[in-house]
Amino acid sequence: MSKLRFSKRDTKDFSLKEWMDGTDDPMVTGDIGMKPQRIQKDDFQTVMKHMRDYEEVERHLYDSDKNTGVRIFNKLYRISSIIFTMLLIGVLLYVVSYLPPVGNASNPDNNVVAQRYIENGLEETGAVNIVSGMILTYRAFDTFGETNVLFIATCCVMIMLMLEEKALKEQEETEQNHKFEPQNDQILIFAARVLCPVILVFGIYIILNGHISPGGGFSGGAILGAGMCLYANAMGFSRIGKWFNENVYKIAKISALCMYGLIGSYFYITGANGIENHIPLGIPGHILSSGIILPINIAVGIEVACTMYAFYALFRRGGL
Amino acid sequence: MDIVCNFPAVSILLCLFGGIISSGLKQVAARIINAVLILTVIVLSATTFVYTLATGSSFVYVMGRFPAPWGNEIRAGMLETFMATFFGIIMLLSLLGGEKKLHDEVEEDKIFLYYVLNDLLLSSLLALVYTNDLFTAYVFIEINTIAACGLIMIRQNGRTIEAAVRYMIMSLLGSGMILLSICLLYDITGHLLMSNIKETIVSISHYDTYYIPLTVAIALICVGLAIKSALYPFHAWLPDAYGYSTVSSAAILSSLVSKGYIFLLIKIFYRVIGIEIIRDSKVINILFIFGLAGMIFGSLSAMKEGDIRRMIAFSSVAQIGYIYMGFGLGTQVGMIASIFHILTHAATKSLLFISAIGLTEVSGGSRHFNEATGSGYRNKIAGIGFTVGSLSMVGLPAFAGFISKILFAQAALKNPHKMLPVLIVLGISTILNAIYFLKTVIRIYTPVDTSLYKPLTIKKQKLYSCVIAMFIMINFFLGLMSTRVIDWITMGLEMFS
Repeated sequence: MSKLRFSKRDTKDFSLKEWMDGTDDPMVTGDIGMKPQRIQKDDFQTVMKHMRDYEEVERHLYDSDKNTGVRIFNKLYRISSIIFTMLLIGVLLYVVSYLPPVGNASNPDNNVVAQRYIENGLEETGAVNIVSGMILTYRAFDTFGETNVLFIATCCVMIMLMLEEKALKEQEETEQNHKFEPQNDQILIFAARVLCPVILVFGIYIILNGHISPGGGFSGGAILGAGMCLYANAMGFSRIGKWFNENVYKIAKISALCMYGLIGSYFYITGANGIENHIPLGIPGHILSSGIILPINIAVGIEVACTMYAFYALFRRGGL
Repeated sequence: MDIVCNFPAVSILLCLFGGIISSGLKQVAARIINAVLILTVIVLSATTFVYTLATGSSFVYVMGRFPAPWGNEIRAGMLETFMATFFGIIMLLSLLGGEKKLHDEVEEDKIFLYYVLNDLLLSSLLALVYTNDLFTAYVFIEINTIAACGLIMIRQNGRTIEAAVRYMIMSLLGSGMILLSICLLYDITGHLLMSNIKETIVSISHYDTYYIPLTVAIALICVGLAIKSALYPFHAWLPDAYGYSTVSSAAILSSLVSKGYIFLLIKIFYRVIGIEIIRDSKVINILFIFGLAGMIFGSLSAMKEGDIRRMIAFSSVAQIGYIYMGFGLGTQVGMIASIFHILTHAATKSLLFISAIGLTEVSGGSRHFNEATGSGYRNKIAGIGFTVGSLSMVGLPAFAGFISKILFAQAALKNPHKMLPVLIVLGISTILNAIYFLKTVIRIYTPVDTSLYKPLTIKKQKLYSCVIAMFIMINFFLGLMSTRVIDWITMGLEMFS
């Protein structure tokens, strides 16, 4: 209080700075007579007592045995949520009965869009698998967004679960590592030895044949990721760390996404500006065909496999 | 085609690339990339804005080799490019203003992820603004939701994780509703592209065959986006998410994320379903009532708060209520008022959050009201920022908030059925705003013993002071040059249809 100037306000040199400092406030210096706030000071005992009281109140407040209001609220909450869900289900079922019947030839969705996908898809995209052709050529921008959804999901899981390297090492040393899994389980190890190569090769096959047969980057990548999870599960993280650790993960993920992005950008920008596309479509049915679909499928496959494995590793031990 | 037409697509792709590359870098590099990226986006969007202003028409950009109903498309008009520029500026300022706090609150080796999230968030905001395809909008809504969730929980304490989980659950309910609505629309029209859906809807709205699915689709998409942008009864996730996350996140979430969804809703009103059908469907009356309720109850909740950050968060509920109330009026003027209020609220709320953090910093880190007494003297620039923000929210002339309030009142006068409730609630809400904001302003300028906490001078926080000054300038720009901005909004809305 002593630092404030309690003199009569000098009307001549009323300056903004003094007003800002609070040294020349008419409320304080003038005759209006508002006193600065008294600071409430409690001793330690009172503060502790307040805190204990507060905790006591908190405990009783949400204790449904003692507080009838909370009990009634909980019941009402449950009942109203069930009613709300039932209503939503009812409304949606009611709407379904007004929608066009499934498979009817005169439905609104049997229009020029689907027609061109089916009739000209092979010719325009070079992919025998029309679905791949559609999602990776006609609607390539949506699929790029979808791949980025996977990418950002791993980023969020990393924020949530990633441990520092020091903590990770400590955890390994204290044998926490094998808390949830059988250690040196011979059956698991043998099965993994037989199955993992098959699963990985099958995943690669599905990715590479995405434009010829059913499958593609998303499904093949999921199979690859599952194979890697099995391998890590059976052999332990130290074994898989020899060929797939955090650095490999980062390089693989970033290069795959960048590859997709670069091919995509080339495709969008040349397409929009009417510049000729220099990626050949090839002969439909061959493995090296269908223009941008094959490299994009590979990129998507790597990204999906990385995401699957990263989810497993992060949830399992908090690091890659 | 002019080279400028490439800029919207290039800015979206650049943001995605920036995010991808930053994920492999250290935090300093990620920060630099992020800042350069946002600046580039601002420049590109501003150039496109000037271009659309000069040509006076919007343009469609085909993403790939296949035109309209087969491939993806984005569309840039005056309103879209203006919004993109504005969002970029607010995002840059929010990140710079909260940078110091970010280093205190977030683990050092996870900060680079914060910039990755922001890059992707910006890309999704741009995509939501520019998109001309409902499914692209849905994909980028997903990115937006997950990024926002990460922004909340990057500061790891119990409250933020709880808030993030709550946000995730509520927001996914909204996403689900939007997806169902897109499915219904696809089923009855057979298109995903906005302009094609509109053509088909205009032709089928003459018959009664699909009346019920169309109404339910409109209701679902409105409710879905309302949940995501925290309209009054769906705002349960908001106070914790804004109140406890790190300050840049709070500013970005309140001023950009929710506004991106609202802008998408405007786009759907005008470009997918058609404003006449929306007006006839009575769904906007529900939005109108929710908006009015939000204007009062949001302010009442804010009055009860003893925590500055949470008070500002609850004030967002009231302001979102204003925006939806403008939609509910169902007229062109109402929509213009709402869009202007989007700008006002984005500029003001981020200013309030950023300056509140400066005030709490000189109050021993406590966010409680009692501790903040006299903090306006200890951190002068933050005090000025908070005062400007408060006066703008209350609606004093020369500040941005005044213009949006007067626009709402004018819009109400042109709608005889809804005039009285709007004017009454507008008055009550203004008084309530004044009560809780001016109470805080008076408190931060009540002198106390200065020896309690150490003051912070402007010289010690140059970047922060610059950011606050920029925010204040934006506020005055919106408040004093409003006729020009309103002209742009009007022309942009005309380009929509």
